[in-house]
Amino acid sequence: MRKNWIGIPALMILLLLPSLSVAQGVDEILTPVAGEQLEEPDPGLDVPGIVTVLDKDNDAGDQLVVSFEPPENTAGVFAYNVYRRVAGAEGEDSWTLAEIIPVIEPTEFIDGFDPEFPIEPGVLYEYRIASATLDGEEFFGPVFEAGAVSVGEIYHTGKTRILIASLLFILLIFYYFGRAQRGIKMYMRPIAGIEAIDEAIGRATEMGKPILYVPGISSIADVATIASLTILGRVAKKIALYQTPLIVPNRDPIVFTVAEEVVKQAYLEAGRPDAYDPDSVFFLTTSQFAYVAGVNGMMMREKPATNFYLGMFYAESLLLAETGSLSGAIQIAGTDAVTQLPFFITTCDYTLIGEELYAASAYLGREPKQIGALKGQDACKGIIMGFITLALIFGIIDVVANTHILDWLRALVTSPIIE
Amino acid sequence: MKRTVPLMIVMVGGILMILQYFIPHQISQTIFAYYTDWTPIILAFALVLGVGSLTRIHSHKIRRKSKNWQYSWAVLIPLYLMPVLAHIWPGSLSGGMDSPSIFHFIFMHVQVPIQATMFSLLAFYIASAAFRAFRAKSALATVLLLSAIIVMLGQVPIGELLGKWFPQTGLWILRYPNLAAKRAIMLGVGFGMLATNLKIIFGVERNWLGGAGK
Repeated sequence: MRKNWIGIPALMILLLLPSLSVAQGVDEILTPVAGEQLEEPDPGLDVPGIVTVLDKDNDAGDQLVVSFEPPENTAGVFAYNVYRRVAGAEGEDSWTLAEIIPVIEPTEFIDGFDPEFPIEPGVLYEYRIASATLDGEEFFGPVFEAGAVSVGEIYHTGKTRILIASLLFILLIFYYFGRAQRGIKMYMRPIAGIEAIDEAIGRATEMGKPILYVPGISSIADVATIASLTILGRVAKKIALYQTPLIVPNRDPIVFTVAEEVVKQAYLEAGRPDAYDPDSVFFLTTSQFAYVAGVNGMMMREKPATNFYLGMFYAESLLLAETGSLSGAIQIAGTDAVTQLPFFITTCDYTLIGEELYAASAYLGREPKQIGALKGQDACKGIIMGFITLALIFGIIDVVANTHILDWLRALVTSPIIE
Repeated sequence: MKRTVPLMIVMVGGILMILQYFIPHQISQTIFAYYTDWTPIILAFALVLGVGSLTRIHSHKIRRKSKNWQYSWAVLIPLYLMPVLAHIWPGSLSGGMDSPSIFHFIFMHVQVPIQATMFSLLAFYIASAAFRAFRAKSALATVLLLSAIIVMLGQVPIGELLGKWFPQTGLWILRYPNLAAKRAIMLGVGFGMLATNLKIIFGVERNWLGGAGK
């Protein structure tokens, strides 16, 4: 028992000794050693070097190409803040933050691209670039005066190939205009959808039911809408002859005014101005799905015998065409919206695919100039087909003979989409 | 005169817009911006005509007691009530457009659900249209059906479980035959647009002028 009493204090001393030494160690860390200076903070980040400014080609005089030498040591640099001001301006407030470039990105950018900080043509600017830390602290480099001012060009040299191609196509179309006007007969391949228009109008007349014409839901700025309105004129003329009721609901108010004029004129040309119903062409709504609801309601109530969907369509294409299909109408659709074509093909009796929509007016009118334009279009496609065939041959030669002729052709005829 | 003036405006405007595309200079850009600035102004005036047309047609229906004339009230009342609630109704009586307001309540609880309902119908219509399109009535329809099955299964995880070739073949179909057809259509569309624009600019196509075209 006595032996135990000696053992307990001894154990306590043994436990206390290491804890005292740990506590002393902590004190050494927390208490500054007298007479020893704290380490100096980092004097700053390395800053970017020389800034080079060049005028950007093929612009409106509102862009400059700015590049700068990155710092040798990028440790701690999060981004480069590029500041710009008009040369000669004074004061810290005169600087505008033109661009923030993350450190991992190239040190060249186009200034003036952001419309909030525009570059004025002919104005000389100064630049200074700061290395910025993640906390937003900036370390500025020297101020550099731009070596160039921005000047607008009067011709975009990057578009020369487009200009040549456009001129060639325009000339071809005019050449065929001329041929058509000289009375030279030109073959036009039959398009089932266009040939079915007469049949569809006749069917509605026989059934004594109206014809629904939807000119798409896009604005008048869309070429497909304009093409649709020209077809509407031709279709309305035939409808006027048969005195079949016509319904033309519109989504765009400008399209509505043009469509109204087109239909009125068609009735006049057909010699039936009295048969024109001012309520046949009307504005419905600008809201996409409200428009669909309105047109679908008409389909189910009025039960038109024929539905035309010609123009530009989006998500509503299937909603319209499927309702029309359920109502039992014969349906002719036409659009250049590639994504909507499958919906029309599956639900409509006839579909005008892409360019056929533009060709329909010429087919229905059979005027020489219209046919000439159509043949001009075909000639343009012939040229493209020629280039595709050449590319195919050159591609095979490249593979077989290990040459690079295809690259040459590619460089000759293609233009970068984004410069 | 009635025909010449619009044709001249279109010709000059059209040629200017073609030239503008090749001239990046500031003056060219200013002219372009000036032209395009007119669009919303014209649209605003045309909207008045549009609302006028809607009012005329539905008031005719109500006056003549045409078939389903009652529905015309459902068009006319909200057509005029909503702007009144948004702009004229006093704010103290829950007017205005911001929440909370009567306008906002009607918009959120009537217009938005109705539009969502219309859009959601698309799912059912796609199913019924797909059923009609994918019936293997001919050799071409069978090819379409098989391609569709491969592409659809290639897009979902079960396709990869069934076979590694499903996603690969599906992607191949999308990247090559499908893209080739799409590009061919787009090329044709491009030339069609070019020809249509030229026909309009040079007055060959005048149907869009309506009564002034003849």
